[in-house]
Amino acid sequence: MGRCWKFGNNISTDHIIAGKYLVTSDPKTLAIHCLEDTRPEFPKKVKAGDLVVAGENFGCGSSREHAPIALKGCGIKGIIASSFARIFFRNAINIGLPIFESREAARDIQEGDEVEIDMGASKIVNRTRGKNYGFEPFPKEILEIIEAGGLMQFVKKRMGKQK
Amino acid sequence: MTLAERIIAAHSGQSEVYPGQFVYADVDFCLGNDITAPIAIKEFEEAGLEKVFDRNRIALVPDHFTPSKDIASAQQVKTLRDFARRHQLEYFFEIGSMGVEHALLPELGLVLPGDLVIGADSHTCTYGALGAFAVGVGSTDLAACFATGKVWLKVPETIKFLFNGRLPKWSSGKDLILFVIGDIGVDGALYKVMEFTGPAISALPIDDRFAICNMAVEAGAKAGIIPPDKIAEKYVKGRAKRGYVMYSSNGAASYCQTKEYDASKITPQVALPNLPSNVQPVEALARIDIDQVVIGSCTNGRITDLRVAAGILKGKKVHPYVRLIVIPATQAIYLEALKEGLIETFLKAGASVSTPTCGPCLGGHMGILAEGERCLATTNRNFPGRMGHPKSEVYLSSPAVAAASAVTGKITHPAEAI
Ligand code: SF4
Repeated sequence: MGRCWKFGNNISTDHIIAGKYLVTSDPKTLAIHCLEDTRPEFPKKVKAGDLVVAGENFGCGSSREHAPIALKGCGIKGIIASSFARIFFRNAINIGLPIFESREAARDIQEGDEVEIDMGASKIVNRTRGKNYGFEPFPKEILEIIEAGGLMQFVKKRMGKQK
Repeated sequence: MTLAERIIAAHSGQSEVYPGQFVYADVDFCLGNDITAPIAIKEFEEAGLEKVFDRNRIALVPDHFTPSKDIASAQQVKTLRDFARRHQLEYFFEIGSMGVEHALLPELGLVLPGDLVIGADSHTCTYGALGAFAVGVGSTDLAACFATGKVWLKVPETIKFLFNGRLPKWSSGKDLILFVIGDIGVDGALYKVMEFTGPAISALPIDDRFAICNMAVEAGAKAGIIPPDKIAEKYVKGRAKRGYVMYSSNGAASYCQTKEYDASKITPQVALPNLPSNVQPVEALARIDIDQVVIGSCTNGRITDLRVAAGILKGKKVHPYVRLIVIPATQAIYLEALKEGLIETFLKAGASVSTPTCGPCLGGHMGILAEGERCLATTNRNFPGRMGHPKSEVYLSSPAVAAASAVTGKITHPAEAI
């Protein structure tokens, strides 16, 4: 179960981690500055297992994988949004950061709600409000990547098979 | 099939593909930069991979924080350099040959019509101007491509943008794309391909087309694409490092949507903070004073852009309250601008001219904004803090509006500064 941090629409990768910090890819260093201008208390108070909830087009802008890496570095266990920008979507899948598309959940969940993800049942469970929301299930090709633990693990497995 | 679908089909061994389908596509060319490639290299090495798929189909372009602005950024470039030497990569670019990646690769004939290109940089979509299917991805995708030469893709739907008429005198490809993003919003083409066609597009020089496809990602698109024609072919001829194929949409192409515009109504546009979709025509703006103007980037740092800017600045002075920074996007563009006397025009006007770099575009170096400062830039993004202090502002425009505004000190229609 995780506590939710709520954000609005069009949170860009510049919001998540500003350009000036892209001189490293260390998750812990990036985490210190994650979302700092948008919500100064976020990097200070975020706890392992917390969730980010946002509106439309989360992660728009640059392709920097530093953005999902920073969120993962903060201990964020998953992101729920109405929609994701496409490169952010890929990056999160590829590095094994779970993301869930659900307009209903994104609208209904409030700051601080305690929320759990039931992967098997494709359900987001809001313990605070006693509500459930469905999420867009992953196509099997993406599930394969997630199940392998990320794209590199998946590629290693595939290349191994081809040999 | 649409142009994009035909390219994807040809690269995934299918006679036909349909939107929503998953494919593992062969990649003709891939690229990374000094920000994204270090992660890709780390992933590649941590996975114990030893061989790249093709040393002639990978470009590493250290353009973001170069010439290295500090020790950390120098380390990142060194990671690229070491990897390039270890794997004998043909296309690693030191400063002196380096340029802003999305201007450099087309200029060198490394990305071509009909190609399927991936780049660990969101503006990889720029190459759609040549009729390539080019998509921005992340570092892990690049690492996987280093090893396999492939990328996973979900075949996107295509929206057709049809432009009738002709752009008016002071409008450019940049104004056209700003207008479209203002119309459909920053997620108006999410996951989709934007195909730009019509008489107004056919009449545009290649540099304007690059600017248009460059900003497709600002509408959330996976790719922007322009059917390759004589102008595209003229550009690639003599540069192409490989063979290429000029695809077009075929008769049965199905678009998820078609949008029609009258290009003759698109006047110079400006995107106000803090979204590229926050677009207004210049003439509708109240007085907006500016502190800095940047002319450059992968959107508008090409020779056509510099010519337009110099044409306006010739014999004039930059406003005393404004700093003008001009950054030719590549060495070849720099040299051409020098030969044509454009650099002299900029210097005499009181501009600072820089070696090619992304620099200020992403708030990296070479022109960072202080608190409360306002910059008008020919770049592509104006999210909060993009060019410096979180309370600084970025406005986006064409080179013509940027140059005119540098002279007057406020956001100005080019016709007023001439
Ligand atoms: S010029 Fe700006 S947008 Fe283009 S690649 Fe460089 S940082 Fe990115």
